[in-house]
Amino acid sequence: MSTVTPLAERPSVRKTNENWVRAKRMKALYLMMLVPMILLFIFHYVPMYGIMVAFKKFSPGLGIWNSPWNHFEHFKGLFHDFLFTRALRNTLIISILKLAISFPAPIVLAVLLNEIKNGMFKRVAQSISYLPHFMSWVILASMVGEVLSPQRGVVNYVIQLFGGQPINFLSDTHFFIPVLVLTDVWKEIGWGAIIYLAAISSINTDMYEAADVDGAGRFKKMLHITIPSLIPMIVIMFILSLGNILNAGFDQILNLYNPMVYGVADIIDTYVYRRGIEQFQLDYATAVGLFKNVVGVILIIGANTIIRRRSEHGIW
Amino acid sequence: MSKKRMTLFDVLNVFLIGSFSIAVLYPFWQTVVLSFSGPSSASSLGVHLWPDHWMPDAYKFVFSYQDIAAAYLNTILRTVVGTVIIVCTTLLVSYPLSKRDLPYRNYFTIFFLIAMFFSGGMIPDYLLIKNLGLLDNRLALILPGAVNVFSIIIMRNYMMTIDKGIEESALIDGAGYFTILGKIMIPLAKPVIATVALWAAVGHWNAWFDAMIYIRDPSKTVLQMVVRSMMVDMDLSQTQFGGGGGMTNANLLLSNVRAATVMISIGPIILIYPFAQKYFIKGIMIGSLKG
Repeated sequence: MSTVTPLAERPSVRKTNENWVRAKRMKALYLMMLVPMILLFIFHYVPMYGIMVAFKKFSPGLGIWNSPWNHFEHFKGLFHDFLFTRALRNTLIISILKLAISFPAPIVLAVLLNEIKNGMFKRVAQSISYLPHFMSWVILASMVGEVLSPQRGVVNYVIQLFGGQPINFLSDTHFFIPVLVLTDVWKEIGWGAIIYLAAISSINTDMYEAADVDGAGRFKKMLHITIPSLIPMIVIMFILSLGNILNAGFDQILNLYNPMVYGVADIIDTYVYRRGIEQFQLDYATAVGLFKNVVGVILIIGANTIIRRRSEHGIW
Repeated sequence: MSKKRMTLFDVLNVFLIGSFSIAVLYPFWQTVVLSFSGPSSASSLGVHLWPDHWMPDAYKFVFSYQDIAAAYLNTILRTVVGTVIIVCTTLLVSYPLSKRDLPYRNYFTIFFLIAMFFSGGMIPDYLLIKNLGLLDNRLALILPGAVNVFSIIIMRNYMMTIDKGIEESALIDGAGYFTILGKIMIPLAKPVIATVALWAAVGHWNAWFDAMIYIRDPSKTVLQMVVRSMMVDMDLSQTQFGGGGGMTNANLLLSNVRAATVMISIGPIILIYPFAQKYFIKGIMIGSLKG
């Protein structure tokens, strides 16, 4: 009862010592990570110091440290700023619409592709489906602009064929958001489907054979085997995309929008870009960006916690 | 699954997937057609399946436009150098982190993971590049993305599945960790290295935002920015291109030139796509492996 374990023999201390000895033996491994860590530190952790700008009255001449404090004034201003609240609202609207449409689209594509019996056709269609994923929005926006062009575009050609008036989709506040959602589906549906196709291919074929014996048709099998087997994957992907809800698609919108549709298309990221980089109001733009980042991190951590609670899966 | 009869559903499904594939490809094909067309066919509304006559004028114009050559070189340069750097940093970090017996491994993992989920944001990043004096420097396009945490996770997960027996016998034979990484791990991890390299290359090839905010000098810009500045010009005026700058060519519209520029800048991706796409898929499958 009263025997005191010598310090060096206590499990925790012994472990620390052992770790230290092993670490010394493996120092080459730490050395390997040195340069990447320095790079990451400089280009990722040092900018976090720049977040201070959000709490300052920043003047580039004085620098980050010497600029006078402004405390939470920028943050207090956020919700009185019509342009910010508009950007927040637009971000949520666009994200939620994309979640409702771009999210299930790859699942439908994967299930349909899986039902195609001709292997060659299936492979070619699949390869085509993820081609746009590898192009930047700069390139794709130029293509979208041509296809939707009131002067040349095929879409307006069809509209006129049916007696309609040409529509300038990219400058019309009613059509801009549907264009965003549809072009997002166009770009990412094939890439998104890969993961579901992988999940489908890992379904045990015995289940289908058993269903055959029981006399189940194609639809019964799709409905009762294929889709239920995808549900764990769907849940993970859905929760992950919840964490992305404040990213409505900066690349896409910055390349597609124009002042005529700012009212519906300006999102937090594009607003930060215009306020910060174009109008050079660095302090306020940093505050807006920080707001978004903090909410985003909370959502991601929350989402991952939910995944881990529901299953053994998780992103880390 | 054994029945080979075509049902109505099969017909509909093939029709649906077929039309979807056409919808994906059509914008690409229209760009091809537009890049070879003259202003007359380029300015008419309709389905553009074939130019009225194939003319290479837009390409001639683009190639004679001096910024394009510089932008092309810059894009190639950043893609090659940037990809090599990303592959190196990924290997150097993922090998140590793949060793379960590495003391304090979790602290290092956390150091890298935090970077994936939290960043300073657009403005602090800009301020850093400015304070480092890297504005208008090509290094600003390569260094900030030199360490890619997502690639590290994928590579680490893959390396953790490699049998450690060979490694241990090499250690007993007196090999150092650098030798093991170079002689054992790299050859065994080739599929993931290919994946990471392809992703990095596509990423660098397509990147434009960093060039937009860090680069002013037109001789240091990248291809994507050339396409983008043509789009912005297009928004300002729908007038004929080439009026100024002594490059007058009344046979071309800006849209022809832009289409040709787009073709030139996606050319390499389209060319390697059929060969490389299986690696792209392999990557996403490996990525979904759990560590």
